Amino acid sequence: MPVVLADATRDESSLRRFLRGLPGVDQVGVEQRAAGLATRSVKQDAKRWAIDTAIGMVDLTTLEGADTAGSVRALCAKAVRPDPQRPDTPHVAAVCVYPDLAATAVEALAGTGVAVASVATAFPSGRSSRSVKLADTALAVDSGATEVDMVIDRGAFLEGRYGDVYDEIVAVKALCAAAQNTVHLKVILETGELATYDNVRRASWLALLAGGDVIKTSTGKISPAATLPVAHVMLQAVRDFHEATGEPRGVKVAGGIRTTKDAIRYLVAVKEVAGERWLTPSLFRFGASSLLNDLLLQRRAKQDGHYSSPVYLPE
Amino acid sequence: MKGETVFDYAPAPENPDIARVKQHYQPFINGEFTDGGGEPLKTLNPATGEVLAEVSTVSSSDVDNAVSAAREAFERVWSPMPGTERAKYVFRLARLIQERARELAVLESLDNGKPIKESRDTDIPTAAAHFFYHAGWADKLGYAGLGRDPKPLGVAGQVIPWNFPLLMLAWKIAPALATGNTVVLKPAETTPLTALVFAEICQQAELPPGVVNIVPGGGDVGQTLVSHPGVDKVAFTGSTEVGKQIQRQLAGSRTRLTLELGGKAANIVFDDAAIDQAIEGIVNGIFFNQGHVCCAGSRLLVRESVVDEVLTKLRARVETLRIGDPLDKNTDIGAINSAEQLAKIRELVASGEGEGASRWTSPCPVPERGFFFAPTVFSDVESSMRIAREEIFGPVLSVQTFRTLDEAVTMANTTPYGLSAGVWTEKGSRILWLTSRLRAGVVWANTFNRFDPAAPFGGYKESGFGREGGRSGLAAYLQGDDDD
Repeated sequence: MPVVLADATRDESSLRRFLRGLPGVDQVGVEQRAAGLATRSVKQDAKRWAIDTAIGMVDLTTLEGADTAGSVRALCAKAVRPDPQRPDTPHVAAVCVYPDLAATAVEALAGTGVAVASVATAFPSGRSSRSVKLADTALAVDSGATEVDMVIDRGAFLEGRYGDVYDEIVAVKALCAAAQNTVHLKVILETGELATYDNVRRASWLALLAGGDVIKTSTGKISPAATLPVAHVMLQAVRDFHEATGEPRGVKVAGGIRTTKDAIRYLVAVKEVAGERWLTPSLFRFGASSLLNDLLLQRRAKQDGHYSSPVYLPE
Repeated sequence: MKGETVFDYAPAPENPDIARVKQHYQPFINGEFTDGGGEPLKTLNPATGEVLAEVSTVSSSDVDNAVSAAREAFERVWSPMPGTERAKYVFRLARLIQERARELAVLESLDNGKPIKESRDTDIPTAAAHFFYHAGWADKLGYAGLGRDPKPLGVAGQVIPWNFPLLMLAWKIAPALATGNTVVLKPAETTPLTALVFAEICQQAELPPGVVNIVPGGGDVGQTLVSHPGVDKVAFTGSTEVGKQIQRQLAGSRTRLTLELGGKAANIVFDDAAIDQAIEGIVNGIFFNQGHVCCAGSRLLVRESVVDEVLTKLRARVETLRIGDPLDKNTDIGAINSAEQLAKIRELVASGEGEGASRWTSPCPVPERGFFFAPTVFSDVESSMRIAREEIFGPVLSVQTFRTLDEAVTMANTTPYGLSAGVWTEKGSRILWLTSRLRAGVVWANTFNRFDPAAPFGGYKESGFGREGGRSGLAAYLQGDDDD
């Protein structure tokens, strides 16, 4: 890591100085740019490519109190064969569940190439003790999950206790690194609670400096969840982090992305803000549940020349 | 970086048939389309270099007819009409522009070469907005601060440029009509088509004959019009050179004049600016409409401490700009309007290289046919170079650096022009300090090229005088109680 960045994490006050010293984000400007890029027109081959790529980037998610082993297994089956009548359909990137159901998902997805992601650290609020959060993470990792979606302590962040937020990410990352499998850490910023784009930028850098492999917008439990301008700011952060360190880190947008049109707008932002190399499931993800079916219906429409009914798709 | 992950946008062209291009267009005088006595001109599609349509032009006797039709309409119908009634007509024009927005947008892109996303999202909606805004004023002129009952001037002779054909028409015609004047307008030689479709819209709106007259032609027609003794007010937007000629011609006459001329705007970026948005603003400032913008931010002044970062990010961003078919919805930069303009840009770029500035041009693919010029950024530019002093009117940016606030102000003001300027900083007090010192008609802070009918637009120094838009824009078409 370059000296400037290594210095930034030396102690609490260096970290605060670094984060406060990041260039600001102009709200009007970033929203205007996001709206402008959203008018890109993606058609024909480009659309076909975008649909298949987006399917391969989906973290198919179920995070309900009512989840059961049975419902998770059904979801896993769908993740592997999203459209059973069209075997050429790519599988999704991962299935995302609560930690107590991670073992079920791991078993169901063994050998399929679909990863298991588990939320952790007292998801979604993150309001618990450090030891509970780490135990939560350990449960996910020990169950065989290869991706952990942690939440940051937004309370601490908004109070300006950046060091605490940083330490917590580092501790969770250490658990991931100690696991037998390679475990990727996604850090959920919950941008809807951070309120300003300046905060989104600071939290993004904080998570990247602490070792997050992917920065993620939201839990999906808070509104607003992912928005295009927020994604722009986060994509700028991973682009600039890569520029500074040579390390490519990823972005995951989650919550509220329901249509193919929405997904394509995000892919356009990835291409034009971060760059083409980020258009791969290891560096860009969609956290979603209903998005997948819309992608599949659009995929069928592209192949058949007409729309088909959702009854042909598994739940 | 892998070769297989290609997300190239497939062509998404707008259908040119929507423009309903006719083979032959005619001048619009006294409510009727008739062939003029001038030599017909051919207007080209700059994206292909092919002829788009033939346009009949006017002779000086046609200009006479247009001016007397406008005079008669002024005296008999338009100026005696109550403001509430005039407002209805102007509202109707605004709504008809909206109704035919798609047709007008495609036609504008075909005739001018600007990308469809700009004609569709900026030119046409803003043109409609100007008519809506001024329609609202028509019955409230007593509240414009120009006296209790300000009077219209009479017949306005208006000459507009080719860079925003319909939008410039709206800037000229909307305030003139709302204030009770009648107009004779000459569109630019290379972009007359949307003005003539606007004439159709005047017919559709059942505007009384003679209130609006459109007289296509070249510079000679413009000269005949502005020096016509029957014209009470001249409004010109175009080059400083022609503006000076007009002012010389009108000196000593009672004809009122407003001029909106060239520019060489400074876009000033401080080290504390929101850099990513500043980059967007720089790009928008100079590459919007291929740089064919009189208020374009063509001189970038960057604080020395951040120049490397700004240039690196700027180049990376400019590389993503897509140059090509103006009708493709994904095109960011369209065609240069004419071969003549392209030659002028090339000549100035060559002078920049000759004088020792460092040239960087985007490696984006450029169409072989038609008039195109890839976005270009010059660094190591000195104030003495032509590219720092002269208006290029193309997608070419000159970058200079400054150290202190005072130096930035001096550099920004060291130009005969003074149309616009931009300031990029997160510090509000600095914005206020600078705006009072920059000699420019419009100063944008943390944004660029934003146009609103309520905001007056116009220049200092050789960028002209008089304002368009807002309350001050009305003054250009009214005689207040205090005027003689």
